[in-house]
Amino acid sequence: MIDLFIIPLLKIAIVLNATLVGVTYMVLLERKVIAWAQSRLGPMRVGPHGILQPVADAVKLMIKEDITPVRVDRWVFTAAPIISMVPALIVYAVIPFGPEVTLFGREVTLYIADINVGLLYVVSVASVGVYGIILAGYASNSKYPLLASLRASAQLISYEVAVTLTLVSVILVAGTLSMVGIVRAQEEAGVWFAFIQPLAFGIFFIGGLAETNRSPFDLPEAEQELTGGFHTEYSGMRFALFFLAEYANVIVVSSVATTLFLGGWLRPFPSVDALAFLDIVPSWIWFLLKSFVFLYVFVWVRATLPRYRYDQLMRLGWKVLIPLAIVNLVVTGFIRLMVL
Amino acid sequence: MGEAIAFYTIAAFVLGFAVLVVSTKDTVHSVLFLVLDFLFVAALYVLLGAEFLAAIQVLVYAGGIVVLYLFVVMLVNLKGLPEEHRDPHRRTKLGLGLAAAVLVELGAIFASGYARPVPQVAEAAIPVVGNTEEVGWLLYTNYLIPFEIVSMLLLVAMIGAIVLAKREL
Repeated sequence: MIDLFIIPLLKIAIVLNATLVGVTYMVLLERKVIAWAQSRLGPMRVGPHGILQPVADAVKLMIKEDITPVRVDRWVFTAAPIISMVPALIVYAVIPFGPEVTLFGREVTLYIADINVGLLYVVSVASVGVYGIILAGYASNSKYPLLASLRASAQLISYEVAVTLTLVSVILVAGTLSMVGIVRAQEEAGVWFAFIQPLAFGIFFIGGLAETNRSPFDLPEAEQELTGGFHTEYSGMRFALFFLAEYANVIVVSSVATTLFLGGWLRPFPSVDALAFLDIVPSWIWFLLKSFVFLYVFVWVRATLPRYRYDQLMRLGWKVLIPLAIVNLVVTGFIRLMVL
Repeated sequence: MGEAIAFYTIAAFVLGFAVLVVSTKDTVHSVLFLVLDFLFVAALYVLLGAEFLAAIQVLVYAGGIVVLYLFVVMLVNLKGLPEEHRDPHRRTKLGLGLAAAVLVELGAIFASGYARPVPQVAEAAIPVVGNTEEVGWLLYTNYLIPFEIVSMLLLVAMIGAIVLAKREL
């Protein structure tokens, strides 16, 4: 009873809450880092150094008026933000934050589920998320959101191909689709897959930037051309849901990249015994630290790089990343065949 | 018992959404019901212990093919000229014909399939464990030729689409 229902429910509650708090603080991180990059202070008023700014933002967004324009497709208009948010949250079901730990005399795993097709689950759930954006643009019954949503979905579909191909080469190296199994394979190999598959790592990161509509690929939100993007007609909490979904997706990409390429919960250099004293730090803290590095790089890239033009974006996706990913996959397959 | 309840609930959703797909007036809504339908079919696969198939169902059908349907429906102007009706019962006749064909097929499956015991040979011969591994093993041994033929078919369709779209290549 306890093992079947109460512990999983507790884990789900903890992970969901941690994610939502993480998402709101991701907004603060972004504002602070960009402010520092531009020699500003960023939010300073709410709490010391603006530490309570996310709380103020959340309260503001919740009490704002939620407007539904007259000639929208009412059902789809309401469903679109939910469809964006839900896939970003349910991906956490298979993300391993750590191995088994003993807590109050009970063996507890630091992941919600370890399913046979874990990585495939992540990809397929993420592929459903694109509906939120398409439908928001369609249901708004307005030209700029429609243009933005077409851009966004073309971009998502193109980069999904490259990202999925890199995942296949990781699967070839690890020999399993299970997320826990992939981390264990890195433990056995004694090296992070980022060193075995550097090209896949690079393509995954660039593709991740594009799939989360982040700068320098944030064309769906190009204000100068589109007055905001697919969420132009949205206001209040529904608008906030789109933003939360975007940041939740950024965190998802960071966690998946950590699991696949940076050894998940493993300490740095898992094969070097001289660094064994690092095991003092709990496994899940390593996981969070590595994910945080990714989150920081996401913001850093936004503060540094200018936006791509649309044709450049498509050319990069189809003519550079996808061929590179295919070459990487073929080479990995050959090496794997020779070694075994 | 629990499995039966889950099966009938999911099956009811699958059929209900399928009816909504064909009965809804708005084409975009119809496509959305199709997505829901595919998701519940994936749930049915999970119930049968075929997690790999379920993940592929969501990835390829719900997340891939229907997105393209949605593009076509959104971008093609469907409120164009009403088509000419020569025979007002043409569609009804076609529908009845197709329904009869499906009925005959179902009858044939019931008559032949349930009479024989299901062969269990293939299952014993698979040397790998795990859902994904078993699907892969069967695809590249027992079903190699159909698999290759299907991939050829997809390649031909792809080349055909490129030729049609890019006349002066």
